[in-house]
Amino acid sequence: MIRNPENLARIDAKETEQDTKRARGFNLSAQGKENLTGYLFLLPWFAGLILLTAGPMFGSLYLSFTRFDLISSPVWIGVQNYLAMLQDPRWLSAVRVTLIYVFFSVPLKMLFALALALMLNRGLRGLSIYRAVYYVPSLLGGSVAIAILWQQIFDANGLVNQVLGMIGIKSTTSWISSPNYALGTLIVLAVWQFGSPMIIFLAGLKQIPSEYYEAATTDGAGKIYQFWRITLPLLTPIVFFNMILQMIGAFQAFTPAFIVSGGTGGPIDSTLFYTLYIYQEGFGNLHMGYASAMAWVLLVAIALFTALAFLTSRYWVFYQDERR
Amino acid sequence: MINRLPRAKQRSWARPFLHIIIIAGAVLMLYPVIWMLSASFKPMDEIFSSAQLLPQTWAFDNYSQGWIALDYSFDVFFLNSFLVCLGAVAGNVISCSLAAYAFARVNFRFKPFWFMLMLGTIMLPYNVVVVPQYVLFKNFGWINTFLPLIVPKFLATDAFFIFLLVQFIRAIPRDLDDAAKIDGCSHVQMYLRIIIPLAAPALATTAIFTFIWTWSDFFTQLIFLNDQSAYTVPVALRTFLDGTGVSAYGQLFAISILSLIPILGFFIAFQRLLIEGVATSGIKG
Repeated sequence: MIRNPENLARIDAKETEQDTKRARGFNLSAQGKENLTGYLFLLPWFAGLILLTAGPMFGSLYLSFTRFDLISSPVWIGVQNYLAMLQDPRWLSAVRVTLIYVFFSVPLKMLFALALALMLNRGLRGLSIYRAVYYVPSLLGGSVAIAILWQQIFDANGLVNQVLGMIGIKSTTSWISSPNYALGTLIVLAVWQFGSPMIIFLAGLKQIPSEYYEAATTDGAGKIYQFWRITLPLLTPIVFFNMILQMIGAFQAFTPAFIVSGGTGGPIDSTLFYTLYIYQEGFGNLHMGYASAMAWVLLVAIALFTALAFLTSRYWVFYQDERR
Repeated sequence: MINRLPRAKQRSWARPFLHIIIIAGAVLMLYPVIWMLSASFKPMDEIFSSAQLLPQTWAFDNYSQGWIALDYSFDVFFLNSFLVCLGAVAGNVISCSLAAYAFARVNFRFKPFWFMLMLGTIMLPYNVVVVPQYVLFKNFGWINTFLPLIVPKFLATDAFFIFLLVQFIRAIPRDLDDAAKIDGCSHVQMYLRIIIPLAAPALATTAIFTFIWTWSDFFTQLIFLNDQSAYTVPVALRTFLDGTGVSAYGQLFAISILSLIPILGFFIAFQRLLIEGVATSGIKG
């Protein structure tokens, strides 16, 4: 189980080098054949890379400097799309909404995932059933059906108000159509899906050698002390891995906001996720150039946040094999 | 803080307590879905007035009415979704296993570079490529067909699964390869006869996750399918939601429940495989 892509690439490079040396031992044409075979096996992937990934990437970079409505050919307008964003109140709303969503949903999700993983990791009977049940929301959560459900349970007569009514709090607020709460309900929906990071945490917890705890117990260290000094430091690589994964996902969330707001991002743009705004501008108003520019800003933002996470990781992520 | 309670003493009360918390949490987690299941059997006036789970009157016709609520019946949408999913599964299993074999077992030049590039594409937001892809598929005349949803899978664009399969294939001992090589086996034969059979669990994980993700994918299906006859279940559900007045929520819930059944079915059948997939590779689920 390798969590760090950098390490992975390094291992890969080393392996190939050795293998290549081994192959060269026979003769050069063998290596030539090997090259040909490798590239033939990769042919579908290369076709996809050129036609569907790299090509379109540069295509959208070009389009981001144009005005393009899908019907007439693109018109070069320089950086105007990028400048327009800064003046666009809806773009600013989208950025604000998305950042709030990412900064609340990701840490909360991780917190629940870690808490449940710790509880489940105590050798409980029925672990596999519990694990499966907690994982179900992760499996279903991205679907349109669940987004519809969410819209209904947070509506004025929905489940949430029914339950509040039962415990004596009378509420007629439609949480989903209130600009103050709508985004909150979507954050709850994201946090509800903490099952998949929980499973990754559980796998990580299983890898911590039990001798560490035995030694600590012999030394008289309590459970809480053990958590802060053994469990958490050894889990930091997995916390890091989960965090990156969840963050990249959260930046691109689309379906729940689209369904819950009927595609508008309302009420008053309070659920206007960034990708939803890209969709509205690109496929609703056919401002394909503007949509491409926004997509590139998203790419750069995700890259920056990921880079930032990697840069700070050396201060808080603890790799056992790198102890000096 | 140091807790000096001996283990045995701690267990006597802590264990049942822990079970109770975890079970309560599990019920809370599943409650929304259970609520929807119950609401799907309730007549309209009961759904939002009573919090009781068992319907007082059973409205089974929510299912039959909902099934034919749109211009086309849900036969069409479910069939469309299944076709798209089958195509996507076939595409991913074939193309990703080919690429993974190359990365794991063939020593071609510049492999580290391509491998790094492949990992990089996992992180790429779909929004960055969607507009040119749309233009491309439109020029091919593929809008309102399933091709934009299936063909990319045959070109290994879900790089995540390449990564998953590379990891798995690397763990297969090389002794078998070496023996086969001595017997004069080519790479194609090794791929077909040795690696594919041995990588079956990882291929199954790939297939199941591809199915589940494609089944619940909304964005690409929304963009590429504009004609109701070509709609898949998620897109049809969205249209159903938009057209639903205050009168048909029971029907909407009924179809929503039906739309979740294939996912739940796969989960129940392949639970262990799926959870291991998440645990070992960090599939987002």
